Amino acid sequence: MATTTAAPAKRPATSAPPARRAGRLGGVALTVLTWAAGLVFFFPVAWLVLTAFKREVDASTDTPKILFTPTLEQFRNVFDAGLWTYVANSAFATAMSTLLVILLAVPAAYALSIRPVTKTSDVLFFFISTKMLPVVAVIVPLYVITQATGLLDNIWTMIVLFTAMNLPIAVWMLRSFMLEIPGEVLEAAEVDGAGLLASFREVLLPMIAPGIAATALICVIFSWNEFFFSVNLTASQASTVPVFLVGFITSEGLFFAQLSAAATIAALPVVVAGWVAQKQLVRGLSMGAIK
Amino acid sequence: MTTATAPPTPQSRPPAARPPKRRSARAEGWSRRAPLLPALVFAIIVTQLPFLLTLWYSLQSYNLVRPGSERFVGLQNYVDVFSDSTFRDAALTTVLLTGGCVVLSLLLGLGLAVLLDRKFAGRSLVRTLIITPFLIMPVASALLWKYMMLDPIYGIVNFVLSPFGVSDTDWVTQFPLSSILLTLVWQWTPFMMLLLLAGLQAQPKDVLEAASVDGAGKWKTFVHVTLPHLRRYIELSVLLGAIYVVNTFDQIYMLTSGGPGTASTNLPFYIYQRAFLGFDVGQSAAMGVVVVIGTIALATVALRLIFKSFDVKES
Repeated sequence: MATTTAAPAKRPATSAPPARRAGRLGGVALTVLTWAAGLVFFFPVAWLVLTAFKREVDASTDTPKILFTPTLEQFRNVFDAGLWTYVANSAFATAMSTLLVILLAVPAAYALSIRPVTKTSDVLFFFISTKMLPVVAVIVPLYVITQATGLLDNIWTMIVLFTAMNLPIAVWMLRSFMLEIPGEVLEAAEVDGAGLLASFREVLLPMIAPGIAATALICVIFSWNEFFFSVNLTASQASTVPVFLVGFITSEGLFFAQLSAAATIAALPVVVAGWVAQKQLVRGLSMGAIK
Repeated sequence: MTTATAPPTPQSRPPAARPPKRRSARAEGWSRRAPLLPALVFAIIVTQLPFLLTLWYSLQSYNLVRPGSERFVGLQNYVDVFSDSTFRDAALTTVLLTGGCVVLSLLLGLGLAVLLDRKFAGRSLVRTLIITPFLIMPVASALLWKYMMLDPIYGIVNFVLSPFGVSDTDWVTQFPLSSILLTLVWQWTPFMMLLLLAGLQAQPKDVLEAASVDGAGKWKTFVHVTLPHLRRYIELSVLLGAIYVVNTFDQIYMLTSGGPGTASTNLPFYIYQRAFLGFDVGQSAAMGVVVVIGTIALATVALRLIFKSFDVKES
């Protein structure tokens, strides 16, 4: 950096206009490059959705077809194959586990931020370490326990596991939101003589509502997309959408268009939720570390 | 939570007589702990108890298809695990996939983040397009890659590459690891991009302006000013990415089932196979324990990092 100190005195006078033009051209090139990158990344998704609207004959062609007569036939087939049951299971497990996570994590985050317990960092360490343990290490005992207790292929088993899976993220995330609340606000509530629960409900809760929403979004994404527990611990009663997708290939054979329709529906809820809540996504994925 | 309804806080602050104070200090401690307990107890029961069982099973010879076959065999399962060459291969595959995915996604994500950190027409739309692969259900994305993109006959990849003489490559069979890696990088690049873009946008603009006034070129500014600023964000992205990618299961299950042979079997998939296809509880439990110990070793280093970047001392 030291070597360039002499240059700037001369540069503005002589070369400003060409530099600006080059800058603008460069800017256009960068914009085109960015758009191209975005389209390349999105292309497989676009192709999937496009294929979902094809007839099977249009989907399996040597030269991929872009022009075709769209049909909803594939979506009809997918629902006829019983997708609704799986969607209902996924929706129920996702909703209940997210609710449970929030109910457990809000008070926990409170005890790790606003009125902290003595060993806050140890507890935080414990929570995040459970997230680092490979789930395969516990799948065998989970299978044996649930089988022995008749909880195999039970949606509540899924709910409990999804809750455990998302709890550490939620605790960290909500804590980061609570740390942002100015101390004076809480002290004022205390001086008012409001009880702990009342001050929590009337002062704290409205302030962390956006944080709760962001946390819930992350929980929904991970629960809806979860596959490992579902494929190993459910059979027919409690199976979720990803399991349907897998079973769909084996039972129906390989039909590209139909498979695309199934995959499109399976992915849709989370994709839309993520699009809508992009801002919260960053904070959630970084467990609250990045605002 | 109902235990916390009698808050001793307002009264107990001013120093009172000795004995009551000590009692209220303890009450204070418990009223602080009470909101934490449900979550803590839940996490311990659901995540730690099964692991204790894993430890127990790892000392047994126990096959699910032969009920009553349980017997204590000491460390025999561990001896078997360490002399199992497939286990070592799976460990290597795990390292390759995790390392490869994290590094490639990080570089691509950094590039995209830099591109998106400018004002241009349609910026938020492009951002939306790019984050989509991360939101897609992994099972669906694996299907999409296996059948729509990489299929030897109908796949788009072979179609696009046909002018270059590639037309009947069976990617998933011939290049199983690369195919999985491709799918993973596609999914994780947006994740890296999002975190790094947040980092770029948190960069104080006056520092950048100062650098350009000083006459530092764009590249020099990037290397000497932006990258050091991004360091915390890069560490965080790598750490969080690695936590998730190390457990990759869905893509392998869908794309290759670990094959051909065991060419693309990583540890999670291998343990799954031993447990649910081989029904060998003892063996797979021992593998699980070994993997956990390995993870703890890595995680201790990683956690120190994360704690630094999260600023836990804040409270």
